[in-house]
Amino acid sequence: MKASPAPLLAVQDLRTRFHTLDGVVNAVDGVDFDIHRGETVGLVGESGCGKTVTALSILQLLRRPPAEIQGRILFRGQNLLELDGEEIRKIRGQAISMIFQEPMTSLNPVLTIGDQISEGSRVHEGLTRQKAWHWAVEMLRRVQIPDPDARAREYPHKLSGGMRQRAMIAMALSCNPQLILADEPTTALDVTIQAQIMDLMLRLKEEVATAVVLITHDLGIIAEMASRVVVMYAGKVMEEAPVKNLFKDPRHPYTRGLLGSVPVIGRKVQTGRRLREIPGVVPSLLRMPQGCRFHPRCPEAKNICREQEPSMVSLGEHRRVNCWLEIENPEKEAPAPGQGGME
Amino acid sequence: MTEINPKAAPGKNQAKGLDSPLRRSWVKLRRNKAALVGGTMILIYAACALLAPVLFSGNPSAPNLAKSLDPPSIDQLLGTDELGRSILGRIIHGSQISLLIAVGVVSFGLILGVPLGLVSGYYGGKIDFGLQRLTDMLLAFPGFLLALALVAILGVGLKNTVISIGISMVPIYIRLVRGCVLSVREEIYVEAARASGTRDRVILLKHILPNVMVPITVQTSLGMGTAILFAAGLGFLGIGVQPPTPEWGAMLGSARVYIFNAPHAATFPGIAIFLAVLSFNLLGDGLRDALDPRFKL
Amino acid sequence: MALLEVQNLKKYFPVKKGILSRTIGFVRAVDRVSFSIEQGETLGLVGESGCGKTTVGRAILRLIEPTSGQVRFNGRDLLGLDRETLRRVRASLQIIFQDPYSSLNPRMNVGQIIAEPIRNHLEISSAEIKERVAHLMEKVGLHPEQMSRYPHEFSGGQRQRIGIARALALNPLLIICDEPVSALDVSIQAQVINLLAQLQEQMNLSYLFIAHDLSVVEHISNRVAVMYLGNIVELANDQELYRNPLHPYTQALLSAVPIPDPEVQKKRIILQGDVPSPLNPPTGCAFHPRCQKREDICWLKEPEFRVLGGDHWVACHLN
Repeated sequence: MKASPAPLLAVQDLRTRFHTLDGVVNAVDGVDFDIHRGETVGLVGESGCGKTVTALSILQLLRRPPAEIQGRILFRGQNLLELDGEEIRKIRGQAISMIFQEPMTSLNPVLTIGDQISEGSRVHEGLTRQKAWHWAVEMLRRVQIPDPDARAREYPHKLSGGMRQRAMIAMALSCNPQLILADEPTTALDVTIQAQIMDLMLRLKEEVATAVVLITHDLGIIAEMASRVVVMYAGKVMEEAPVKNLFKDPRHPYTRGLLGSVPVIGRKVQTGRRLREIPGVVPSLLRMPQGCRFHPRCPEAKNICREQEPSMVSLGEHRRVNCWLEIENPEKEAPAPGQGGME
Repeated sequence: MTEINPKAAPGKNQAKGLDSPLRRSWVKLRRNKAALVGGTMILIYAACALLAPVLFSGNPSAPNLAKSLDPPSIDQLLGTDELGRSILGRIIHGSQISLLIAVGVVSFGLILGVPLGLVSGYYGGKIDFGLQRLTDMLLAFPGFLLALALVAILGVGLKNTVISIGISMVPIYIRLVRGCVLSVREEIYVEAARASGTRDRVILLKHILPNVMVPITVQTSLGMGTAILFAAGLGFLGIGVQPPTPEWGAMLGSARVYIFNAPHAATFPGIAIFLAVLSFNLLGDGLRDALDPRFKL
Repeated sequence: MALLEVQNLKKYFPVKKGILSRTIGFVRAVDRVSFSIEQGETLGLVGESGCGKTTVGRAILRLIEPTSGQVRFNGRDLLGLDRETLRRVRASLQIIFQDPYSSLNPRMNVGQIIAEPIRNHLEISSAEIKERVAHLMEKVGLHPEQMSRYPHEFSGGQRQRIGIARALALNPLLIICDEPVSALDVSIQAQVINLLAQLQEQMNLSYLFIAHDLSVVEHISNRVAVMYLGNIVELANDQELYRNPLHPYTQALLSAVPIPDPEVQKKRIILQGDVPSPLNPPTGCAFHPRCQKREDICWLKEPEFRVLGGDHWVACHLN
């Protein structure tokens, strides 16, 4: 995938804070990444890492206050955070659209599917009701929903989980966006339905060449669908790499731990019944540890890790690590993931 | 061995397991100004009730016709009623009556309503069906009319006032408890208790009841306000607590005819009723918010 | 003799309609399920939503009463026992639940939660109970000093450990694990899976491991049963199932699992249509509408669940 010179979306030093009764929660604490036209970038992390908040910050779907967003989000060169309400509204659903995790609750139960999909084209492209409806049916056909005419007239509760997610994808694509933010689009689905949706998304990607930010915790989906991966932990980026490099040669101890802790069918014959675990828990965002935020759980933590936060080290094009170990001995050979236990 | 780091929000009292749901509720309640106002007023009333003989010595019901319907003055801060009795004194003594009625009524509701609601909700079946139809019948009457009807059967006086209003409160508790039990019954931790071998009776007492206490507590506070209001209503109509006992509603009733020439005689008992009911409502609302288990995870 | 033997277990839920709640049909949540588990073994039960795997777990414990069938645990048929005897037998047959947030009573502290099974079955002093609870907490990787804390003060993974401690309290022989890691983060999943494996070795426990994630199930199980719409369609030991899946549904399921390795090029079997509802099951083989290899017999007759050499069972006409 040849990257065009200027990225479609460039997130720079994004900081999203929430002011709560218990204190300030730094949900996103200095995140940068960019994405080019037609690319699929995976945003990977566990709960509390800030990946969903990042997506919501891009589209400014967070209530401010209690949220406070700082930094720059450059879309086609323009800083989205400087736009006013009306301007950002024009972008939402048209230039940038979003797919949410729970198809059950992201669709309005009192509107038909057709109505919800046509809303975007009516509002953004000024189509008449009839034309928008036809377009909506066309979109449903595109996402391979059988008998799209009839489906468009139905209400969400009549559709299965897989169908609803397809409808959501149809909605997201209806105005030909340049960027789609997909937040855990298949997590709530059964595995065979997930396979259908992934197959659909891969096919659509070929047809439409939309850039996708794919947010998920599932490394399998990332391996199949993303060309580049950004690994997040506790509000910061820990590592970024092209997908093959990330899986073959993970540089950050968290990435290694993550890759090792996922059970893979057939692997236990080689690696035994014990999974590589990352000890401890994700820290509370209210009480972040000093120094590198991963150090309490890191098997390779050094003294400096406990005292100071590391800075990002660049290892090449779209390849960087946020770790002292890289700064100190950059040529160190990283052990392959999933080998042996940790204790 | 994995390193343990409980993901708890910062707090002062976690060391000794003091961060119980109860304590968290207390903290939330303290922050609610309306509830604090309500609670304080109730305490004032309670103080009046307990210290009535001290605050106002002498017989509050002894007539003194010479001073009939005197307006408020330095001597008599709230004036006198049609029989020359101190309204302030009667209101203070009346707080004893009203709180007694309030406590008596909710006790009825609690003692009869809670167990029936628990059994009805947990076991279901024919018991539940029968009980619910009975409750339906009772609830078909608006609360006050039910109390009225019962007074017509039982007669007037303090005891019968408490019984009548008490009985009208029982179906409310049954319904409330039953509804709560139905939802708690489906919680996974109840299933876990059964899998652990806990007997039904114990499940009801140790798992279901503590989680049902929340709506019960709220209803009890609101119910006390309602009880005072209903008692005042019956007293006003002359079929509740009988004179000369200083019940606020009865005071209001007998002062009604003098409303134009001596408004103070009716106004002050009316304010007493109003403030009492208001404070129980404010406290009840505050409790509802504070006890709501929205844990800040 | 196996520790647990399940024969032709059925659970049908009546569907009622109308004012008089007439029964107009049945939901066959579990339909003739048979399997066995030996001491010290883990049997994985995997399937998608609506397949009935959760109901199987609950029916074995009689938390839901089975419609018919046989469940022999340690030689005794559980379905014939009276309530009191069942209660006592349950000491050896425990369960861990999926949701760490609702499986613990929010108004009880951790010590009370773990002690509950002990109190139900043993007459021992409070001091002894406390000691046992402390020991159990250590065993699952929690600090005993936190005994007086409440569930909301713990993370999801820790709450799951509390649930495990509770299940271990009476030294059970078999634990039914109902999606124990599905609600947890990936790194915490690994911790809990390792813990369960470790406990199994230490205590010679058996597990019925119910989950929808095939990778997790394959990892922890010795044998795996695949369920579809209330029936077990295939049962084999884990390596055999993965290398030589015989039932088309198992093949599709295995191919659908995304592999965290970008080098692997997957030839996916994409199933058409949705997972059907158990309210209206297809005739004949329940899987036939979505099966690419179906033949006429598949919609005419239900296939038998038979063994094909070496303890590999399948329910499919094509085998």
